Amino acid sequence: MNFPDDLRYTREHEWARRKGRNVAVGITEYAQDQLGDVVYLELPDLGDAVKKGESFGVVESTKAVSELFAPVSGKVVEVNDPLADAPETINEDPYEEGWMVVIEPSDPGELESLMDAKAYQAFLEEQE
Amino acid sequence: MALRTPLYETHRKAGARLVEFAGWDMPVQYAGVLAEHEAVRTRVGLFDVSHMGEVVFRGPRALEALNRLFTNDLGRVVDGQAQYGCLCRDDGGIVDDVVVYRRAADDLLVCVNAANRRKDFEWLAGGTGNGADVKDESEAWAQLALQGPLAAQLLQRLTNANLSALRSYRFAQGEVAGVPCLVARTGYTGEDGMEIFCPPGEAVKIWDELMEAGRHEKIVPCGLGARDSLRLEMAYRLYGADMDDHTTPLEAGLGWVVKLDKGDFVGRQALIRQKDQGIGRKLVGFVLTEPGIARHGYPALQGGNEVGAVTSGTKSPSLGTSIGLAYLPPALAAEGSSFAVEIRGRPVAARAVKTPFYTRR
Repeated sequence: MNFPDDLRYTREHEWARRKGRNVAVGITEYAQDQLGDVVYLELPDLGDAVKKGESFGVVESTKAVSELFAPVSGKVVEVNDPLADAPETINEDPYEEGWMVVIEPSDPGELESLMDAKAYQAFLEEQE
Repeated sequence: MALRTPLYETHRKAGARLVEFAGWDMPVQYAGVLAEHEAVRTRVGLFDVSHMGEVVFRGPRALEALNRLFTNDLGRVVDGQAQYGCLCRDDGGIVDDVVVYRRAADDLLVCVNAANRRKDFEWLAGGTGNGADVKDESEAWAQLALQGPLAAQLLQRLTNANLSALRSYRFAQGEVAGVPCLVARTGYTGEDGMEIFCPPGEAVKIWDELMEAGRHEKIVPCGLGARDSLRLEMAYRLYGADMDDHTTPLEAGLGWVVKLDKGDFVGRQALIRQKDQGIGRKLVGFVLTEPGIARHGYPALQGGNEVGAVTSGTKSPSLGTSIGLAYLPPALAAEGSSFAVEIRGRPVAARAVKTPFYTRR
């Protein structure tokens, strides 16, 4: 499985990517594989406040419902609306086209507190 | 530790995702639920359903004894025919829904749900006191389900059973890949297809030969995920989700397999009473008319009040709509009536519809 080096990761299997001052968020290849075919998702609205570690949306596969947890606190400044009509994008390209929201972080340092790719892979191996 | 079917290693090597279901390690998916679902609707898929249990009734009083524990009427089927129905408690609650294969009047095989195997056997063996010889033969059988419009064409190349003469809900003894089997034109997908009952020691051989011969039909191995979405598109009930010991066949919309006029059977009095007095809730099919997916246990709302509950729900892979089954008061159960499903605290609009959701092309 692929876990890009330029991303940060959460224990709930979201990834976070620095995008200028902001942070793009999606779910990892591991997460989409565990879920299976994604068929539905609920994302926040533009301007919504999100809090690190708290739910900001839901992703559903044919079998399972899974909450999405914010990797950082802040304000939602972009939402990947086309995903609603093409949720399979999350399976096909979780790190690029499958991004979900962009957050303007309230604490720019929060991102650095997340796991890097190496730590996340070690975490996954522990879970197995 | 969970039980393993004879095909466990086959599934594992093929990269299936295995989950525990009813005490068994079963494949929930191989390549993916949507691809497997589509293969069964358009071509052919192969399922391992060896977790299902088999209870056999033998002896001169076998038919009479089983018929007394069964809501449908085994007197109306002939040897070589299968029949779907319920086992009910005295109070009408469903012990299990089963398919009975009438090999002869003195030799009937009951295919029971895996989770209910022990309960059913105790019920069937203990509840009779009527002289039939009742045995749990689950260990003696593996089961493969070959399902899809190309299933018969594929299987015919590997069996001496004449499938063109085998109608729906009929079965025959025959060899599959050289192995003596019971081949039944039954299934849980809504497509044409066969269920193959075979000795556990031969299951891998039959599986492998079907997969090999099926390359021509682009066969795919399928897991329980696709089995569930396929059955729900047909509104086939799932025991444990849509019904249990505390629901009756009349509530579950299975009145068509309750033959109140066939003579006495366990649960008949309670069902007659319920039919006279009217049922308090009814299992109905619905679609969501707003975005969302209904899931088992979500409340059904009317005017802000909780009036029922969803028992099964998914996004239909074939139709693209959100479908489900829910218990509702009969007044709200009419086709076209509107209600809401509460999803994560929000009411999402739903409409009762006719089932099956999916009609075979």
